[in-house]
Amino acid sequence: MKILVPVKRVIDYNVKPRVKSDGSGVDLANVKMSMNPFDEIAVEEAIRLKEAGKAEEIVAVSIGPAKAQETLRTALAMGADRAILIETDEDVEPLAVAKILKAVAEAEEPGMVILGKQAIDDDSNQTGQMLAALMGRPQGTFASKVEIDGDAVSVTREVDGGLETVKLTLPAIVTTDLRLNEPRYASLPNIMKAKKKPLDSKTPADYGVDIAPRLKTLNVSEPPVRQAGVKVEDVDALVAKLKDMGVV
Amino acid sequence: MKTLVWVEHDNAAMSDATLAVVTAASRLGEVHLLVAGSGCRAVAEEAAKVAGVGKVHLADDAAYANALAENIAPLVVDLMGHHDAFLAPATTTGKNIAPRVAALLDVMQISDILSVEGDKTFTRPIYAGNAIATVESTDEKLVITVRGTSFEKAGAEGGSAEIEDVSGAGDSGLSSFVGAEIAEGGDRPELTSANIVVSGGRALKDAETFEQYIMPLADKLGAGVGASRAAVDAGYVPNDYQVGQTGKIVAPEVYIAIGISGAIQHLAGMKDSKTIIAINKDEDAPIFQVADIGLVADLFKAVPELTDKL
Ligand SMILES: Cc1cc2nc3c(=O)[nH]c(=O)nc-3n(C[C@H](O)[C@H](O)[C@H](O)COP(=O)(O)OP(=O)(O)OC[C@H]3O[C@@H](n4cnc5c(N)ncnc54)[C@H](O)[C@@H]3O)c2cc1C
Ligand SMILES: Nc1ncnc2c1ncn2[C@@H]1O[C@H](COP(=O)(O)O)[C@@H](O)[C@H]1O
Repeated sequence: MKILVPVKRVIDYNVKPRVKSDGSGVDLANVKMSMNPFDEIAVEEAIRLKEAGKAEEIVAVSIGPAKAQETLRTALAMGADRAILIETDEDVEPLAVAKILKAVAEAEEPGMVILGKQAIDDDSNQTGQMLAALMGRPQGTFASKVEIDGDAVSVTREVDGGLETVKLTLPAIVTTDLRLNEPRYASLPNIMKAKKKPLDSKTPADYGVDIAPRLKTLNVSEPPVRQAGVKVEDVDALVAKLKDMGVV
Repeated sequence: MKTLVWVEHDNAAMSDATLAVVTAASRLGEVHLLVAGSGCRAVAEEAAKVAGVGKVHLADDAAYANALAENIAPLVVDLMGHHDAFLAPATTTGKNIAPRVAALLDVMQISDILSVEGDKTFTRPIYAGNAIATVESTDEKLVITVRGTSFEKAGAEGGSAEIEDVSGAGDSGLSSFVGAEIAEGGDRPELTSANIVVSGGRALKDAETFEQYIMPLADKLGAGVGASRAAVDAGYVPNDYQVGQTGKIVAPEVYIAIGISGAIQHLAGMKDSKTIIAINKDEDAPIFQVADIGLVADLFKAVPELTDKL
């Protein structure tokens, strides 16, 4: 089985984003960028399935600027076999990303597509579900456990009330949650080797997908800032404050 | 505009999460509800009483028992033939179903809205809530998930909507439900609707220590219990306790963060709380930048003392 893993280049999760003063967006100039953390988990899961003999090939794919090559190289260094960059400088919305991924999946015919549950920049949490819909395939979202069982896959999902398990017919779409695994770091020799792994370059037009945005961003602003309050000396003072506030 | 709201339920009772979505939908136009499940007529009857609801669509079929997105999405798409907007709460169920509906309708979903600014204009958080985007949809139909803490709850009583039975294609044959481990809340209030939330972080060491220090305080306050990702990852508490960008969003009257550093991903889930209280031994912990009341102390001394003195 082949596994397709879409990976997005996003602001590093340790960086505190700054809103541009003209309200046009978030300032990404000279900001550290990394692979979306949920996508690292997706790459790791694909590698583990390959190591367990359940998959033969892992193809990483990214839609984004030329620099997204770095993200793909990271995926290759972790253990993906080859990569496809679909290059564009536009912001591509989840619906259009899903349409491009559908076209890639039609060409590659993977048994599974493993995506992150959410990109930490747009916080959309949509792409995997949309891809599953467009392909007419089942979806196992927010996965904390993935077990392949013949021509089906069991996915344990992190839901609001706890955990839930569903069984999906393959091919299937899975999106990762935080507890699925702990992604490995790429070793230096593997980083070197990754430079020689194949990386194809394409454009959205190659797949005939219209990426014109459906949502117009009218403004991006800072959320209201919370003022830091007071520090109290001891527990008695805290109890007094709570009483003042009528909490107890 | 005619809206269709996804009613979240367990086939027996409606969840509160739906009421905030009704409020959001009522800003757009007429509100219809969809109750899809199995043996769930009682839920539809409860839903029909919600204030301001025009109609309840009831789809009662074994295939809808567990809200499998593969089965539910085509049903919603059918109903969207005569509705203009589909709204679901930004719960794990809503987040699972709504994008599948959106893609089938060729609509770009608007996730986790904070406000309705116009017929097609909404605000939503991006970058872990470090920025708020105002977006306008150019699609003909709308598919939206709603952040529950950003809208008042509609009245659970006062309405008398008609219930209309609808049917869909039923089982898609793509997926099946195997089972669930749903945590029993006991007497403790549910995290996202609790008035007071007590949350513990990595500093709580292990599951026993978390139980020993956090639970008595929570019980004394009648509070819900939450946790940071680090506490969940380390197995102190189950995943459904996680508060944050990628966990649950809470906005109680009082949020007490104990042994939590205040990473942006955690703040994203609780910084709209009315009053934030932090107990942390590191006076420079970022949590103090958002806390109304901070206590720099060792939690293992301060928390039992606090529990005792309340
Ligand atoms: C993709 C992604 C998504 C994430 N999503 C979330 C999310 O939804 N929610 C979330 O919470 N995090 C999330 N995180 C993780 C987040 O970045 C932090 O790692 C996490 O919140 C830290 O948890 P913590 O504050 O409990 O632990 P730490 O950062 O380790 O903080 C522990 C704190 O306890 C204090 N302490 C230690 N001992 C004591 C003591 N005896 N008494 C008092 N104080 C003490 C320390 O001073 C410290 O401030 C996410 C991260 C990523 C990459
Ligand atoms: N531009 C992109 N390139 C590759 N994968 C993407 C892209 N955008 C989203 N994805 C995938 O879809 C997941 C969910 O993203 P989102 O729906 O934007 O929150 C991410 O974790 C990625 O796996």
